[in-house]
Amino acid sequence: MKYIDEFRDGDIARKIGARLREEALPERQYSFMEFCGGHTHAISRYGIAELLPANVRMVHGPGCPVCVLPIGRIDLAIQLALERGAIVCTYGDTMRVPASDNLSLVRAKARGGDIRMVYSGADALEIARREPDREVVFFAIGFETTTPPTALTIRLAKDEGLKNFSVLCCHVLTPSAITHILESPEVRQFGTVPLDGFVGPAHVSIVIGSAPYEHFSQEYRKPVVIAGFEPLDVMQAVLMLVRQVNEGRAEVENEFTRAVSRDGNLHAQALVSEVFELRPSFEWRGLGEVPYSALKIRPAFAEFDAERRFGLGYRAVPDNKACECGAILRGVKKPTDCKIFGTVCTPENPVGSCMVSSEGACAAHYSYGRFRDIPVRVETACPVLP
Amino acid sequence: MCLAIPTRLIEIRPGAQAIVELGGIRKQISIALVPDAVVGDYVIVHVGHAIGQIDPEEAERTLQMFGELAQLATPTGKLH
Amino acid sequence: MKKDYIRPLDIKHGRIDMNHGAGGRASAQLIDELFKPAFANEWLAQGNDGAALPIPQGGKMVVATDAHVISPLFFPGGDIGSLSVHGTVNDVAMCGAKPLYLSASFILEEGFPLADLKRIVDSMAAAAREAGVPVVTGDTKVVEQGKGDGVFISTTGIGLVPMGVDVSGSNARPGDVILLSGTIGDHGVAVLSQRESLEFETTLQSDSAALHGLVAAMLDAAPGGVRVLRDPTRGGLATTLNEIAGQSKAGMLLDEAAIPVKPQVDAACELLGLDPLYVANEGKLVAICAPEAADAVLAAMRAHPRGAEAVRIGTVTEDPHRFVQMDTRFGGRRVVDWLSGEQLPRIC
Repeated sequence: MKYIDEFRDGDIARKIGARLREEALPERQYSFMEFCGGHTHAISRYGIAELLPANVRMVHGPGCPVCVLPIGRIDLAIQLALERGAIVCTYGDTMRVPASDNLSLVRAKARGGDIRMVYSGADALEIARREPDREVVFFAIGFETTTPPTALTIRLAKDEGLKNFSVLCCHVLTPSAITHILESPEVRQFGTVPLDGFVGPAHVSIVIGSAPYEHFSQEYRKPVVIAGFEPLDVMQAVLMLVRQVNEGRAEVENEFTRAVSRDGNLHAQALVSEVFELRPSFEWRGLGEVPYSALKIRPAFAEFDAERRFGLGYRAVPDNKACECGAILRGVKKPTDCKIFGTVCTPENPVGSCMVSSEGACAAHYSYGRFRDIPVRVETACPVLP
Repeated sequence: MCLAIPTRLIEIRPGAQAIVELGGIRKQISIALVPDAVVGDYVIVHVGHAIGQIDPEEAERTLQMFGELAQLATPTGKLH
Repeated sequence: MKKDYIRPLDIKHGRIDMNHGAGGRASAQLIDELFKPAFANEWLAQGNDGAALPIPQGGKMVVATDAHVISPLFFPGGDIGSLSVHGTVNDVAMCGAKPLYLSASFILEEGFPLADLKRIVDSMAAAAREAGVPVVTGDTKVVEQGKGDGVFISTTGIGLVPMGVDVSGSNARPGDVILLSGTIGDHGVAVLSQRESLEFETTLQSDSAALHGLVAAMLDAAPGGVRVLRDPTRGGLATTLNEIAGQSKAGMLLDEAAIPVKPQVDAACELLGLDPLYVANEGKLVAICAPEAADAVLAAMRAHPRGAEAVRIGTVTEDPHRFVQMDTRFGGRRVVDWLSGEQLPRIC
């Protein structure tokens, strides 16, 4: 597959790894946060951590829209299906997220909720067209990558004059989350957040461009390198970050030049501004209330806003007390620092946001990396295949 | 976040729709967000919508940079 | 240990949900905590796809049963009918037995078109004839409209295990070689391509096929050398290998570069965020062999039409934690874990 396979070459990866070992200063620790869940996934799936020098550590950030979706929001979706009889259309990612009363969307479906998995907002529109007598609600989650498709869906619904379609909008914004991390309580404790730089999200940046990150590098003196999703992109970005740190620079660099420009996709941005506006505050699971971090539907499109249409009232639901997700999302603790990791909290029984989606720090570590935590070494009785 | 994949645009259809191709698979998606895309372009698809395009020159440049890196690196690039 | 379930089933208030049907941990827990304790016998406890039962005259008989609830009913390369024949013939074969006879029961939904039923039944008949395994008895029931998915088919097969053959999921030993008969993910992707809202165009066909001929050739090639046979159906190769690792109380180490995946399967999985390791197959098998027998078995597989693309994909290892690990193409190592429920297409 073009523009995919070439960026997964293992030989080149090893060579970039060798370069990193040469350039990372041995007397220093480097901590970089990869903000984006997709990067977390790539790092786990390809075993990138093994190719980095021991003094370069990747910290998994909160860039997983499913992980940061608060329980209260899923409760709303379940309510719409079970109590209001709406057809709730959702992406596959949210189906298994545990919500209140031991329910999830999958379990609500088992109780008779008409909950349908869709690949795209366009599919939800199609369902609304085909079933004019039923209310259809699209459960819209995601960062800035996913927001323009939702905006388009709402605009199309308005243009067509659909009378039975609305959107439960839970779209969140990347720059606000990064700011929140940089201003977290640990900052006051340590004087600075224990991070040396950020690997910036790949696809969010296609939409918003590289310009919005310039604020972080200037204001907080942290380098940002926007990286593509493939493993070579990630390794190259880490190398670029190490170089910035060594040279005392704090700039926004773009590794993903083949898809990201400084301005981003202006057409998509215009559409998003037309349909959405900022919420003054929004609850992020694990991070608490974050100001100006999420979007709601503008009054001009009010009839397509499920919250207005159904008069929904939001009820915040606190996380389990033993859950360390907040600290893990901010990069100050690791999954293995959490007392309930891998015992009570597993991908089958996720207690907190980091285990909920396969992109979350804890889920990724559990699925891909936990065998390294176990002290017993695995020996093969026979030599490994050539 | 954001599973998105570069695919080749092979046919444009009315209503800002297009057929894209990847590894022999074909799918219909929306190109409303990339109105300037033409047949032969590589568009990046997320949730059934093209959200951006691949710049082939930049892609080449990035790959070349990896390649040069590969030349410069010391030969003992072993996993530790 | 991997198979411990953190929370027991909530018998009082819990309900069946789609995860219980996916073949992963949730399915396993349902069987372990609800079905096994109730039926409680040594053959069920073994956890293989069929039961190998001693017969009074000597030798062993295998019985296996499978239900088919697939939707859509018709897909590229097959339909629920041919699938129901292949699936059960294969379950019997994976116990090392020669499949002899099948029974079939149908649950039909009121309103289901007879034309579709004939198409399915003709397809079953053709599959049974080709496999040389007749459908000798059956049953039909009708449920009211809305209470079925058109048609559900359940097939049961019986077969005889030749003397000296002992194939079971618990037989794998450290050092054994893991073989795979061909490309993975074909069936699951072919079926997904027809699902509403995921539709994509592909020339991929389901790999649904009867494998008993291939099994016979393999057992002949190395008497006593084949220790485990299993077909990686729902849950995919990863789930099957994890099951075997659990039964055999061993670990595994795989070589990702050795696992064959068709380009279209790769592409579809990229598009939908799926991992081919977890996608269903209906015409492939995994064999675990004694190291000295591996070459002969592999040669026999490649000489058979159903095993032409057979490859070695890994080895069984000594591992009290029963991890299935994999050396990635990229140069790292990762765990190939059990899925909890269905693998769903994702956006993230």
